[in-house]
Amino acid sequence: MRFERSEAPYWSAETNVASLMLQVLAALVPAAIAHVWFFGPGFVFNLLVAGIFAIAGEAFMMWVRGRPPETALADYSALVTAALLAFALPSLTPWWVTATGALFGVVVAKHLYGGLGFNIFNPAMAGYVVILVTFPKHLNLWVAPSMGDIDYQHLTIIQTLVFTLTGNLPDALTFDAVSRATPLDVMKTGLNNMATATEIRANPVIGDFGGRGWEWIGNFLAIGGFWLLIKKAIRWQIPVGVGVGLLGPATIMVLIDPGTSPGPGFHLFAGASIICAFFIATDPVSAATSNRGRFIYGLGIGFLIWCIRRWGSYADGVAFAVLIMNMAVPAIDYLTRPRIVGHSSEESRDG
Amino acid sequence: MSAPTYDLGKLHGGLRLQSHKAVSTAQPIREVPVPSQLILPIEQHVGQPAQPVVGVGERVLKGQLIAEPDGELGAPVHASSSGTIVAIERWPVSRRNGDKAPCIVIECDGKDEALQTTPVEDYTSRTPAELLLRILDGGIVGLGGAVFPTAQKLMQARTCDTEFLILNGVECEPYISCDDVLMRERAPEILSGAQVLMHALQVETCFVVVESDKPEAIARLGEVLAELNDKRIVLKLVPTIYPSGGEDQLVQLVTNREVPSGGLPTDVGCIVQNVGTAAAVHDWILRNEPLISRVTTITGDGVASPVNIRARIGTPIEEVIQFAGGYTDKVRHLIIGGPMTGKSVTTDEVPLVKASNCVLAVSARPFAGNELPCIRCGDCAAVCPVQLLPQQLHWYSCADDEVKLREFGLTDCIECGCCDLVCPSHIPLTADFRTAKGRIREMADEKARAERARQRFEARNQRLVQEQEERDAELARQKESAKSAGPAAIAEILKRKQQAQEDDST
Repeated sequence: MRFERSEAPYWSAETNVASLMLQVLAALVPAAIAHVWFFGPGFVFNLLVAGIFAIAGEAFMMWVRGRPPETALADYSALVTAALLAFALPSLTPWWVTATGALFGVVVAKHLYGGLGFNIFNPAMAGYVVILVTFPKHLNLWVAPSMGDIDYQHLTIIQTLVFTLTGNLPDALTFDAVSRATPLDVMKTGLNNMATATEIRANPVIGDFGGRGWEWIGNFLAIGGFWLLIKKAIRWQIPVGVGVGLLGPATIMVLIDPGTSPGPGFHLFAGASIICAFFIATDPVSAATSNRGRFIYGLGIGFLIWCIRRWGSYADGVAFAVLIMNMAVPAIDYLTRPRIVGHSSEESRDG
Repeated sequence: MSAPTYDLGKLHGGLRLQSHKAVSTAQPIREVPVPSQLILPIEQHVGQPAQPVVGVGERVLKGQLIAEPDGELGAPVHASSSGTIVAIERWPVSRRNGDKAPCIVIECDGKDEALQTTPVEDYTSRTPAELLLRILDGGIVGLGGAVFPTAQKLMQARTCDTEFLILNGVECEPYISCDDVLMRERAPEILSGAQVLMHALQVETCFVVVESDKPEAIARLGEVLAELNDKRIVLKLVPTIYPSGGEDQLVQLVTNREVPSGGLPTDVGCIVQNVGTAAAVHDWILRNEPLISRVTTITGDGVASPVNIRARIGTPIEEVIQFAGGYTDKVRHLIIGGPMTGKSVTTDEVPLVKASNCVLAVSARPFAGNELPCIRCGDCAAVCPVQLLPQQLHWYSCADDEVKLREFGLTDCIECGCCDLVCPSHIPLTADFRTAKGRIREMADEKARAERARQRFEARNQRLVQEQEERDAELARQKESAKSAGPAAIAEILKRKQQAQEDDST
């Protein structure tokens, strides 16, 4: 009897890339609901716009590169990029801004570098930074969280949709009426104006730790993140690295100089720290690859976030921190190779 | 009884795999009858093929030497039953995935007549050197699947400071259970073989190492050890993690010593022998039975009733499968060895050989061919027992970057297959690494060939120069001697030259 020849091992993994990506998407669902709850339906529109353009961009690039588009679409990685971008955007963002970010992320940052697995930069963050520098006005328009005591003008679903499609607010409203500075902006402006951290914390947008509303989204992101850890979709090294890198200096500075330094709780729950630690920095393709390397990579991102928040002119520094550390990945990978069993440690270092 | 003690070392990575062993261990080892034809490849070990010492038409007896070892790493081949040599020809073999290699074919006469053997001597009265030579004659090779000639391995260990003999009863690869049932049924023979090996090696400690998922084998070995009351032999349990049965991995687990890269276990004072090999040593030294049969697991969802069998070396796999109830409809691949490291063969005409610890008939594999790009998730690095970074090796093997491949330890890869089993992109990493290793070897061979050619060329040039110099010197000497000989001699030479010219023209 004749048989087909095959190569050892004759078993394959039961996991696949698509299920990994779906797990990441599923882990974002609670936070997405919280986002809509606090900041209105704009998130859903942003997600739709980002999703449509990311998928269209991916399909187009696969076609241009002469590969079957369906294989790229079946791995859901474009949707993860779109979702992470949607989380980075204010709920009132005109569609062309979102589309620019999604297309840049998928077409330039991902496919021009060779597609899934070959991109050096995190596509979502590359896309975000491009729109941050090209449309700075739009990306600072964060609506205030809908919490009873904050003086805030709500937009209806229709009004939000109209804004997303046209960039125009209803006639009676101005940007000042619907938007509020983010907690990180409040802190930065306050500190620049020589106010102490304690005084700034009296601002109603700031909650128990970070920003009101933001704290809750942060909690749900953390739940999703821990679920990914339990599911082994991500490993602990990067989240812990980001945490230590960000909260370490924050803790030290609040002990040395409590007047001008927001504490670790604020740093953790304001801005994008948690989503960065569990969802953005953990993108395996653009992260360092050995365990030790991943911890260092996370540490670098956390520390850079803290530096940018403290000294930079941007209120939050997650996207920049991630992109800068993306550039450091080849060096980190080279310097953190584990010692191969049977080699002395010197041998492994020198190669 | 020596209490089972736990391991000291720790293995990096590894996998807990579904064992699939229970299906084949349900019944005792069954004896496969002698087939009508035996096919005995002359290459059943890692070294040079053996040289046939019988001719076509000759009658041979069971246990008779039919091919003798050749070269440093040789091993003899014996007739597994009595009969007539009908051919020495190329036949499909498993080590070439079903392609052909030279084999000696015996038409069995069914009498199974054994060679008259010399009476068994007490091995303890022999010197270790004599014992080693005797083991060489038994055709014994490592039965765990690597088929390294046992005598040579022992001889090498004798030249080193070997402290520990480690008997490998781990059998970590899924589906395979031949060592497990062997330990259950032939524990006394295994331990007796261990004593022979200890005498040959002159070592004072032997660890018998078994994976924790084989309680029956552990209990049986414990009983026999208690009866034996040999304090030098210690039973050790190791956790059930693949690939803890790999030679270097086992040494690391048991002694907490790492075998240096490119080295041997003897570099850290250990020698590892499979439990089946120990039993074969017992059979040869105490019963005069060379290695002519072995226990093999016939299993997989492609066979009707999985079972462990003892069959003569040379029995066609086809007949062995029939003995296990034949194939099921699902069968697509036939693998000789386990699912992680075995060899896929194209035909079941291949014979069972000394290396065949398992015959695995399986259905089509899922995900085959659905390869996606690597997303650098690093799961492969987390399970690699040698602590390599398969994701980086994959990158460099795609780029064919030999320097980087060496630097990242490609040659340290033990091809255990763990990385494949966790890869979400279903990249055939192990197969790629095997190919890359082959390419590196080829390149090294190519370099060596080029170097040899260069040396030959230079030697030739030098020779030509030297010859020219010698000729010049000779000419100068002749001129000199002609001068000193005077006019009479010159006239004589000229006359001779003229004569020669005339001869030519006529």
